Amino acid sequence: MTLPLIVAKSLRQHLLSTVVTAASIALAGGLLMAVWVVKTQSNDAFTKQNAGFDAVLGARSAKLQLVLNAIFHLEASPGNLPWTDYEDIAKSAAVALALPIAVGDNYHGYRLVGTTTNLFAVEHAPGRKYRVAEGEPFAAGYMEAVLGSFAARQLKLKVGDKFQPYHGLNFDPNQQHEEQYVVTGILEPSNTPADRVIWIPLEGVQHMKGHDAKAATEISAVLVKLKNPIAGRGLELMYNKQGNRLTFAWPIAQVVAELFGKIAWFDKVLELVAWLVAAVATGSVLASIYNSMNERRRDIAILRALGARAHTIFLAVVLECAAIAVLGMVAAFAVYLGITGVAAGIIRAETGVVLNAFAWHPILAWAPAAMIGLSALAGVIPAVKAYRTNVAENLVPVS
Amino acid sequence: MPLLEISHLKKSYATPEGGVHVVVDVPEFKLDPQVQVALSGESGSGKTTFLNLIAGILAPDTGSIKLNGLELGGLHESSRDRVRATTIGYIFQTFNLLQGYTALENVLLGMSFGPGADREFAKSLLQRVGLDGKLNHLPRQLSTGQQQRVAVARALANRPKLVLADEPTGNLDHTNAGESLKLIREACRENGAALLLVSHDREVLGQFELVQELGKLNRAARECAPRPNSK
Repeated sequence: MTLPLIVAKSLRQHLLSTVVTAASIALAGGLLMAVWVVKTQSNDAFTKQNAGFDAVLGARSAKLQLVLNAIFHLEASPGNLPWTDYEDIAKSAAVALALPIAVGDNYHGYRLVGTTTNLFAVEHAPGRKYRVAEGEPFAAGYMEAVLGSFAARQLKLKVGDKFQPYHGLNFDPNQQHEEQYVVTGILEPSNTPADRVIWIPLEGVQHMKGHDAKAATEISAVLVKLKNPIAGRGLELMYNKQGNRLTFAWPIAQVVAELFGKIAWFDKVLELVAWLVAAVATGSVLASIYNSMNERRRDIAILRALGARAHTIFLAVVLECAAIAVLGMVAAFAVYLGITGVAAGIIRAETGVVLNAFAWHPILAWAPAAMIGLSALAGVIPAVKAYRTNVAENLVPVS
Repeated sequence: MPLLEISHLKKSYATPEGGVHVVVDVPEFKLDPQVQVALSGESGSGKTTFLNLIAGILAPDTGSIKLNGLELGGLHESSRDRVRATTIGYIFQTFNLLQGYTALENVLLGMSFGPGADREFAKSLLQRVGLDGKLNHLPRQLSTGQQQRVAVARALANRPKLVLADEPTGNLDHTNAGESLKLIREACRENGAALLLVSHDREVLGQFELVQELGKLNRAARECAPRPNSK
């Protein structure tokens, strides 16, 4: 009972420095956990994200550009391919489903992607198809649109609303098309990049006024679902090695993993910064307690005069540092949720990929343990000073 | 058997000039259980050092201090702390109460390093010194006299065999000093503790049957004897 009482009293007596130091621990700990979780979850989410497809066929280009454009709806299209290429791959014995897509327009920054109604037959996750939650699917050949859930919410569009698309992948108010589309349905959230897309019939993009006449017989890419994932090897050989006109990006996870491999150095820098911030925060515990040792000397001397052993005082100081870290790390979870929430919001808005701040990650145990351990370790230095406090000299006055 | 037995006790400090200043040089001193003795000496005469040596806060250069049959000189610092926590109560001139702790918590701390915290006993001690309504008051919320009473209760909290009091009335006015001294002596008697009090105040010294001069203790060994002018 005595040690906790001494620690609690000391924390309260030095309330301001306790709060400030705990706050620095909270910021550092929250940042440390957030960096790790966002990094790991983003990596997992992007490499496991294929929106229900195994491969992408597109114009000759880098596989990464193809995947980013066709699956994540980022980046510009590397070029078009003739409709016959779609027909060829759709007929392949290795292919279970081929979905042609055409891009080139947007509505207030949200991409219009032209495709067929086969979209609604695709399983984006085991047992889960792209399902229209409100309204009904678009009909081929009509100026109708089905919106991804995120796009609908952001654009405040509902079933029955009408809109006029803009030309290009980036929003330019001077590039509005004449065609007017009507929203026929809203997709249920799929937590895939499809959530931030406006889906329209393929012919819509192909025949939009102002588009190149050639576009009427071309598509941007073909999303491919294979009967057997290994079957992609033969197609890859055919398109990438034997041919030189098209690119077959397969497997999608590996293509995205290569991207993360290329920016791994950035992860390392982030980790280093997070650890440095953590080290500075634990250093602040040391500085805070050490600087207050002069005003604590009298109390320490009194406790010693009452019979407290030197190692009890040593332990009290170490425990006080650990207690500050405990308080800080409790608050750190709020900071963590704040940072992760903001990061998840940005990532979702930009890519449609969803991160879960509440998902378990070992760093959520390691970071608090490390911060509390480091703070207790930092407490050893002022604790040694407390241990060596001269009792007689500090029990003034001397008569 | 004496409760406290001191022989050839010496404590000195290095001076800034590089010399050695002997503060305490007591060839012999004895104190029997439950006896109350006052030590007289002017400021700077080494009274506090002498008490700190007995309390085990300071280690002597040479000599022997036997408390309750235990030789303190041969003990490690932590063992001396243990002896202090279980056998000695200490009342300071400036009371030395912990400012962040209530009156009750100050008294509880006085016992927690020794026999262990006993809330009921702590309360009864504070009631005994007339502070039953001030248990949860912080020292700054108490008058000087009340703070002294908390210090007295704290000194008795570990049921000590010896209470050391260093100028306990030095910070009190005349009325409070008299009452406080009476309280200290009565409380020690009721709890079976011997009292070794140091003071330079003649009025305080005059109330003790046994008075020793620290100056004389340094020159000659002698047991506590009745003051020559006592009746």
